[in-house]
Formats: sequence, C-alpha cells, structure tokens
Amino acid sequence: MTYNKQRTATNDSMIAVKVHNIKKTFKTEKSIVTALEDISFEVNRGEVFGLIGPDGAGKTTLFRILTTLMIADAGDAWVDGFEVVNKYKEIRKRVGYMPGRFSLYQDLTVEENLAFFATLFNTTLEENYDLIKTIYQQIEPFKKRRAGALSGGMKQKLALSCALIHRPSVLFLDEPTTGVDAVSRKEFWELLRQLQIHGITIIVSTPYMDEASLCDRVALMQEGRIMQINSPRGITESFKKPLWSVRSGNMYQLMLDILALDAIDTCYPFGQYHHVVFKDETYSLENAKQILSTISSDLEVKQIPATIEDCFMELMRK
Amino acid sequence: MMEDKVISVEQLTKRFGSFTAVDSISFSVSRGEIFGFLGANGAGKTTAMRMLCGLSFPTSGKAIVAGFDLYNDPEKIKKNIGYMSQKFSLYEDLTIRENIRFYGGIYGLTDGQIKSKTEFMVQHLHLEDQVDKLVKSLPLGWKQKLSFSVAMVHQPKIVFLDEPTGGVDPVTRREFWTMIYEAAHEGTTVFVTTHYMDEAEYCDRVSIMVDGRIDALDAPSELKKKFNASTMEEVFVQLARKAKRGD
Repeated sequence: MTYNKQRTATNDSMIAVKVHNIKKTFKTEKSIVTALEDISFEVNRGEVFGLIGPDGAGKTTLFRILTTLMIADAGDAWVDGFEVVNKYKEIRKRVGYMPGRFSLYQDLTVEENLAFFATLFNTTLEENYDLIKTIYQQIEPFKKRRAGALSGGMKQKLALSCALIHRPSVLFLDEPTTGVDAVSRKEFWELLRQLQIHGITIIVSTPYMDEASLCDRVALMQEGRIMQINSPRGITESFKKPLWSVRSGNMYQLMLDILALDAIDTCYPFGQYHHVVFKDETYSLENAKQILSTISSDLEVKQIPATIEDCFMELMRK
Repeated sequence: MMEDKVISVEQLTKRFGSFTAVDSISFSVSRGEIFGFLGANGAGKTTAMRMLCGLSFPTSGKAIVAGFDLYNDPEKIKKNIGYMSQKFSLYEDLTIRENIRFYGGIYGLTDGQIKSKTEFMVQHLHLEDQVDKLVKSLPLGWKQKLSFSVAMVHQPKIVFLDEPTGGVDPVTRREFWTMIYEAAHEGTTVFVTTHYMDEAEYCDRVSIMVDGRIDALDAPSELKKKFNASTMEEVFVQLARKAKRGD
C-alpha cells in the first residue's frame, strides 16, 4: 500500500466511491488464488451501481475491502471521501452493509435487532423512520418474532432495515437476490429504487444478468477482473456483431444442427430462442435465412438487439 | 402406458402442525422428460421434493417414484434416483477420483464399474489433468458439472436437480443444460428447480406451485398461450403474485 498518492477523491463531492488499482490474493498451503486483479472504477453519488458476475468473480472480496473488513494487497480506495485503511472508523459510521449470508442475531427478535443496530450507531428507529418506513412496515407485524424464525424474504427485509438504520450515505448489498424467486426479486428492486430517492448511493452485486438493466451503471466481473463498465444500454450497444434469434419445434436438435454449420461463430440457448452469431458479420437477413434453411425450411429467424447476457458471454471469450 | 410414468403423484399432502406445506398435489412425469418444478420461495417445492426422494413421509396421498411406493419402499426409491443441489454436492476435501469412488461405493457399484465410470466421466468432462486434485480447487462451473455426473453415477431412472445453476457463469449455465438434454435424450428423467426463468423454457413441461398447490402444469408454449404471456417469466409473475402466504 502506498500512502503518498494524491487523494483526489476526498476533494470530489460528486464521487461516492473511488477504487484505484485494487489487488487482492489469497494464499493457501498449495495455491495462490487471485481474487481481484487490478480493479479500478468510480461510483457517483446517488447512483445504483451493479457488480454483475458469477460466483468467484471477486464481488464479495471487493465489498469486504470497501467496507473496511479486509485490506487490499495493493491499490487505494475511498468511500464517501475517506480512505479505506486509515479512515476506516469514519467509513464504518457512513456505510450500510448487507452481506450475502444472513448475519443478524437469530436469537433476538425483529425489534431487538433493530434497537441493537440503532444503539451501535447512536441513533433510534424513530430518527430515520422515513427512510426505512416502506420496508419496515412489511415486517412490523412480526416484530416480536425471533429473527431466526423469520422466512427468507422477511429476514432479507430485516437485514436491509438494519443496514439503513443510521441513514448511511453508501449502501453495499452483496447478492441480495440470490436464490430469491422472480417475483420477490422484482419487489426488492422496487425497494432499491425508492431508496435512491433519498439520495443514498447503492452498490449492489448479483449473478443475475437480467438485473443489470435495473442499475444506472454496471461493472461486468469475471474471475477477479472487470471486463466492462458502462450503463446497461452502453453495454448492449457495444455488441457490434449482428445477432440472430432462431426458433423451431425441436430446440435441442436445432442447436446441434446449427453448431454443425461452418458459418457459425456462436450459438447459445436463450429461453425459447437460440442466439446465433455468424462468422461473417456482414450477413443480411436473407443470407442468414438461406444458410439456416439447410437445416429446416420451417425456422423462425429474426435479427435482435443483444442482451447484457449476450455481451457478458462475448466478453468472456476474449 | 403406466410403465412409461416414472413419477406419479396423487393428492400428495404434507402438514407440519396446522401448516399445510404441500396441499394435495397430483401430477405424473414420463421417462426421459425434463420436468421443471417452479414456485416462489416458500411455495412448498423443497418439501415436495424431499417427499419424492423418500426423505420425508407424506401426511396423506399416494406417490410412486421409479416404480416404488413412497410409503413401503423409500429405500428402493433412494437407490434408483440421483440428487444434486447447489448447496450440497461433492466433498471438497476429497479428490475428483475419490468423490466418484465414494458415491459409486454408496450406490453399490463394483470396483470394476467404478473404474470404468471414472474413466468415462473424466474423459467426458475433460478433467484428465485434474482427476487427482481436490474438488475444492475446481472452479464452480466444473464442480457443478462434475456433481451432476456423480449424481448419475448409478444410472438412476430419475435425477433431481435443486437449483443446479445458481451462481454459475452464463456460458457454464448453458453447458450444464446441454448435459441435462443429453441425460434426458438417453432416457433419464430430469426433475429440476430453478429461479432462472429462461431455463423454464428449456423444460418439456413446467409446474408452478403457489401456496402448496400446483396452480399450473403444461408445456411452456401452452402455459404462455393460456396466460396470454410472451415469456415464462410473465406466466410465473402472474401466478406467484396471487400467493397469499409469505415465504
């Protein structure tokens, strides 16, 4: 760690989080695992910033460094203008952190957990009630219940309430929607949007690619690297190759047939369609249809815009 | 064609005290079918799956799994099914070879069978260089693919997959589904849960549980027609929003 660098972020009131060349490795007896390899990015105040990537991408390690629970091997980072190593006490007062694993006190009731975290931060539930009202009202009927006896969705809402109780300026949410069904996921993102109204900066990680579109900007992460940072739209628009969706009656056979064609670059199943890229990027719809007609005359072929997941897979190949 | 049904369930119910976790569900699954078992968190999927695997006794109702009755022959059911989940799959502190040997042994394979199975699996998954390394050194995607192969080591009639692709990268997720297709093509019935709605589209038929009941069961194309929806996600959201009980 070098401490003699200019700390520009402290002077920039528009930047909530600044990460500069962060590296982190974990050593075991037999191997060295690189969790983060030269990570740099900035998050603006009031932004919802997504870290999108599968398990092992380094998302949790990055969260632990930014919430001052772990020290990087190299590089610098600032949260709310404070440097993460020297000013960790300041940062801990200002950030909310919801880890991926439920980490509240199972033997305390809902209201006892809230009171406990409020006391730690020298505040009360009432003081910032406007902020957590919509979330807390959903768990209020169970306020006398022990946290350990709550359902998964209720635990999540309690954890979010506790992470917000001191009105943090930056909120870190590590995979809040993993293992959560499609409806509850939608509802959780609606809650996040409401928090944004209060000016809180939110950094949220998820392995679900479709959630990227709900963020203002995202970093696509894989194996300790950031492959791309942009707005969701900027990312999908950076997919320059023509992309085709193809459908037939027997989708598994269709995939095998498509992959057997010489002209094919990639073919991936995407729900009810296969997404196909040809080696020749100048193909028109007529070209595409003609080549695919050697498989079957009864195919639905359309040119489509790329999704975040198409872009993620394309970046993984590089 | 009764022999074509590898799972048949009639009015299967499980109560815990006054709470009805699974509320009189009825369905059947055919040989070689990919059957998607969907539902919101807390809808009763895990309880239903535990019963079908012979791990939990029903309160009432009937079920025949892999040709055996749930009440009389739960041990025979266990021998004829495979199971994998995201949470529990392989022993991290054993090597790949040891894991295959362990599970092969549990399912009563001979030493010769285990040897040939190990060779086949390692070749099929391109793990030749890794076979004597600890499972914990494998990337998650490889672990999940190996775990699926291990769940199939005794050539079960049915394999139960509980959120097998959670947290897996998008390319591996698709490779995993290719393995599912291959297994089904060879006659294994695949019973799978997932929160990825695009994966629901890959199933031959999908059931959606709401509050302990099966509220919809059909091919994805039929469900989309019935609910006037363009994707399975829309179908799921329409049904799951009706849920009255919390998860």
